[in-house]
Amino acid sequence: MFDIGLGHYLILGATIFTIGVVGIFLNRKNIIVILMSIELILLAVNINLVSFSIYLNDLSGQIFTLFILTVAAAEAAIGLAIIVVYFRNSGTIKVQEIDKLKG
Amino acid sequence: MINLNYIYSEIFLAIAIMTLLIIGVFKKNSSNLVYNLSIISLLISLALILSFPINESINLFNDSYRIDYLSTFMKIITISSCTFVMLSSNKYIQIISINKIEYPILVLSSMLGMIVMISSNDLILFYIGLELQSLALYVLASFNRDHLPSSESGLKYFVLSALSSGLLLYGCSLIYGFSGSTNFFIIRDSLTQDSYGLTFGIVFILVGLAFKISAVPFHMWAPDVYEGSPTSVTTFFAILPKIAALTVFIRFLYVPFLNLIEQWQIIIIFLSIASMLFGAIAAIGQKKLKRLIAYSSIGHMGYALAGLATGTNAGIQSSISYITIYLFMNLGFFSCMFMLRREDKYFEDIDDLSGLSKNHPLLAFSFLIILFSLAGIPPLAGFFAKFYIFSAVIEQSMYFLAVVGLLSTVIAAFYYLRLIKIIYFDSSKEKYEINHNLGLKLSLLVSSLFILLYFIYPSWLSQIVENINII
Repeated sequence: MFDIGLGHYLILGATIFTIGVVGIFLNRKNIIVILMSIELILLAVNINLVSFSIYLNDLSGQIFTLFILTVAAAEAAIGLAIIVVYFRNSGTIKVQEIDKLKG
Repeated sequence: MINLNYIYSEIFLAIAIMTLLIIGVFKKNSSNLVYNLSIISLLISLALILSFPINESINLFNDSYRIDYLSTFMKIITISSCTFVMLSSNKYIQIISINKIEYPILVLSSMLGMIVMISSNDLILFYIGLELQSLALYVLASFNRDHLPSSESGLKYFVLSALSSGLLLYGCSLIYGFSGSTNFFIIRDSLTQDSYGLTFGIVFILVGLAFKISAVPFHMWAPDVYEGSPTSVTTFFAILPKIAALTVFIRFLYVPFLNLIEQWQIIIIFLSIASMLFGAIAAIGQKKLKRLIAYSSIGHMGYALAGLATGTNAGIQSSISYITIYLFMNLGFFSCMFMLRREDKYFEDIDDLSGLSKNHPLLAFSFLIILFSLAGIPPLAGFFAKFYIFSAVIEQSMYFLAVVGLLSTVIAAFYYLRLIKIIYFDSSKEKYEINHNLGLKLSLLVSSLFILLYFIYPSWLSQIVENINII
């Protein structure tokens, strides 16, 4: 058996973060997927912060995590509301059809 | 014992937001009342900031909130420019019927977020301020909700800004992990040797901040969002978040990470050069005024970053002077745009400017002053802004940066001069309406006079910013 240390948590965080970022750029279908990817990024940051906080024996990382969770909830709510408004106007939420503004 | 009277303006603004929300909910048809009250509360919070001695430095809440000359000066210019933006866009939001009670309240909340950002001396507080600012801005961008471009611009701004906040947060987590604290002072003191973790963290945070001030290569949201959102919100976007984000840039780079200057200087130089060149070249083919000003603001942010790249107090001071003059120029430009109204419709294309000088000589003259100043032609204020930047850059013998800056000024002058040619020499169109409200006239007058008369006594601004010593 091996011990699970800080490095493993950081690699987990980095992997989830990368999945989130790649999910935003490679996604060709649906905006909801982008919303999920943003959520993944924020959760990866939370894993990082909590593991650093345990490692450093310092509470402020966990407090930071609580703030991030709150903000992420607000952000998801606003994001969904904007998507609903957009859907009402255009009738689609496909990513490649959001191209009315360009020049 | 925490000395709360130093943050009376923040407390007042927070209470005013909630009170105005209650008034708006319980009183029918109170949108005008709430709008006027919110302008008054901005003025009161400005007065509360001015009532304290400006050159005092004090740290509150375990050093996480810092009141010093930089933050006080930036707060004064953000709040006063927010007041002017609200005054000038009053008629606009009535005509395109977005004068709901939420509008001024969202503007005030994002204002509060910016004030917190400007004063923050801690990663947590900085993040909270940033999110309060941007969550309100997402809603403002898509405020004209029955209008497809507005909701699309809100959607684009939301996705890209949330991504940039995520990158920034990842940087915060790395910096916290490798330095052991979120406080800027403790991070500075614990900086022993350079570790890869800290470098990565700085890069991620710089990417997030570059998104917020729309520096190249993180600029792609700016033209779309500027074009799609209502012009009153575009004015807000073009001025206020940039001031706040630039202050955070200064505080973040120069307080904790001044010793790592070799690591971030090259990034800032790259962002600056790319923004200056891109802003100058991409604006040439534009047909819409709002897209044009978006590219122009990308270019201007490049100059402001050039001052930051120097790593000296003189560089910081030149950036702050630049952003101050920039805000007057943009305020004037958008005030002119609000005047292009005929039969309750606003005109936003470059073609609509053609022959403006025949029917509206005064408006055309203000356009002329503002565009010359944006291009940096002496003796207008924009020239002095660029002069401060270039002299600070050359003092550090960063000649390449200065040469690229001068070249892109010349390229950018082309499209500003093209606008002037269209205004003065093309065939004229129908007249626009001339009965504008007092606030719009006032903000155009103030910004034009500032730009025109700056050269009479240019040292007053330098005397003010001279006191900003971060290093």
